[in-house]
Amino acid sequence: MLSFIKRVLVTLAILAVLYALNLVMSKQGLFGFGVPLYQVDLWKMAGINIILAVSLNLINGFTGQFSIGHIGFMAIGAYSSTFATVYYTQGLERWLTGVVGADVAAAIVFTFVILVGALAAAIAGLVVGIPSLRLRGDYLAIATLGFAEIIRIIIVNTNRVGGATGFRGCVDSANGVTCIDESMGRLTIPAYTNFFWIGLFAVITIVVIYNIVNSDAGRALISIREDELAAQAMGVNTTRYKVTSFVISSAFAGVAGALYGHWRLPHPGDFTFGRSFEIIIMIVLGGMGSITGSVLGALVVTFLPELLRQLPGGVYNYRLVIYALLLIIIMITRPQGMLGGREFGLSWLKRSRRLPEGTAAVGASKGVPVAEATVRAEKDVEN
Amino acid sequence: MDTFVQQLINGLNIGAIYALIALGYTMVYGILRLINFAHGDIYMVGAFAGYFIAVKAGMAGPSWGGLVVVLFGSMAVAALVGMAIERFAYRPVRKYSRMTTLITAIGVSLLLENLFVAVFGGQGRGFPQLLQDNAYHLFGNAAISKSQILIFVVSIALMVLLQWIIFRTKVGTAMRAVSFNLNSAKLMGINTNAIITFTFALGSALAAAGGVLTAQYSPTIDPLMGITTGLKAFVAAVLGGIGNIPGAVLGGLLIGVAETMVVGYGGSIGIASTYRDAVAFAILILVLLLRPSGILGTTVQEKV
Repeated sequence: MLSFIKRVLVTLAILAVLYALNLVMSKQGLFGFGVPLYQVDLWKMAGINIILAVSLNLINGFTGQFSIGHIGFMAIGAYSSTFATVYYTQGLERWLTGVVGADVAAAIVFTFVILVGALAAAIAGLVVGIPSLRLRGDYLAIATLGFAEIIRIIIVNTNRVGGATGFRGCVDSANGVTCIDESMGRLTIPAYTNFFWIGLFAVITIVVIYNIVNSDAGRALISIREDELAAQAMGVNTTRYKVTSFVISSAFAGVAGALYGHWRLPHPGDFTFGRSFEIIIMIVLGGMGSITGSVLGALVVTFLPELLRQLPGGVYNYRLVIYALLLIIIMITRPQGMLGGREFGLSWLKRSRRLPEGTAAVGASKGVPVAEATVRAEKDVEN
Repeated sequence: MDTFVQQLINGLNIGAIYALIALGYTMVYGILRLINFAHGDIYMVGAFAGYFIAVKAGMAGPSWGGLVVVLFGSMAVAALVGMAIERFAYRPVRKYSRMTTLITAIGVSLLLENLFVAVFGGQGRGFPQLLQDNAYHLFGNAAISKSQILIFVVSIALMVLLQWIIFRTKVGTAMRAVSFNLNSAKLMGINTNAIITFTFALGSALAAAGGVLTAQYSPTIDPLMGITTGLKAFVAAVLGGIGNIPGAVLGGLLIGVAETMVVGYGGSIGIASTYRDAVAFAILILVLLLRPSGILGTTVQEKV
């Protein structure tokens, strides 16, 4: 009973904090405190990146399956949810506004379309995951990359969602571009997303992934990462667990997409494989198999290029070169990432706590002779 | 029939370029199990090196001598760049996990792209004409241009040369030994570091040749030209069976032909020509699902 009350209180506290932060981030500000619009956008992007990184970490970091197609599922989430708001939910929202008022109506509709985005991405994850998770290592990576590119090219070729020019809610018809359809009301994408929603789903993502990883299923996933054959021999249904984690991860990417789609209008150029790499950079930079690491990595990847914008004129043009150089240098000097598989928390201050599931990076034990891997594992322990 | 022959010529042409780049991917993967994502950018570096040799060294203008100098010059520059990348970026991370090496490769790719954008600007620039380009009519309306013949001749020559290096020379034998088992090769007294560096030089030179040949054929180059082409060449390497050299050539030609056929005939079966870029990936996924190790690849049985 006590723990239940505690949970409710914690939930309420998180909601209150998010609400306050949302006011700080909004145009009017809170008690006169406000954040410049440019920084607000960065924080929103950081939140979306956190959702993407933490969810991809479930596959790449904990299950040890190498996916570089995460952005494809985000694209599906973004396009399916905005498709719903543009073509289907506006009547519903008008009706709900009459019943419960505009704000609540928008919240209900937005929750609904986020679920639509998550569901669509989950189904896509299932369709992609079942055949391709039979593949191992680099081949799986390439297959997921291929699927993501195919998804993007299909979007580019679908006029009903704007094609190559991006989805603005306008439709291309024989008479040219139509942005207002009298029979359906507005066709533009409503800007539902604000910091509250992004923060809320970032927290939900972290909590859900944390609970999965620290459950029986999480142990099964980690056993697959450590040694798939051994896990199979111990009776873990590896295919089922791999596909399940893939689907869950895809669903969260879909949520991130839905949030993104109702904030910035979705454009196929936002979902190229370069963005997939960016998410992988976040999780590797933070440390594979560490949720707090993913959060940290997402923040660094969001803010570092922007901080480099502060550089003086002559160097300014080279900011992305510096970013790439920093990336290479970090990988050479700290290959296990910033947190290296550990979680950052209060216990960090007392002593560096090690998660029971081991800290070897994914793939460390694959493709190298046993003796070498053992030496490396011992080195890891020393570190 | 005319159209078919024409599309076939165009397809094999693009395919030959993909094959040249795919060879670099496949050799590096065969030896290091590293997907060298920066390889597509080496192709771009090769094209830019060719541009500067042609313009700054006064080789612009149609002449066979100039063409040879530009081609071999850019191959040499790209080989040096490839060796530098191997030495300073990949060698320090070679012993780490695959994710780390992959991110390093992505970092190198971003570095090359952003460096070239920062230094040379992002807009495309015209590649000087090195060859008096005229078309030869085969029969009907099908024609082949001199640039296309050049692509065929040079790429076939380079592939034969590569085959000779790998199977007939001492360093080639060492390369095969290293790709078979790096540690055993080291124990046999092979200087594996030197062999790996040599592999990068070889692959980069081939990609640069592809870059110059492409730039000569469709004369616009820009710092981001390597992204799509590189990705497709990589797909070609996987398609043929990554680590397998004839496979890379086969994969490259297959993807090139499939792409042009979609552009040429896709409309009649309801596939828009804009799906051209998706074809490579669709074929890739089909092949991976039916034959996970690629067309000519061999499966390695995982043992407990």
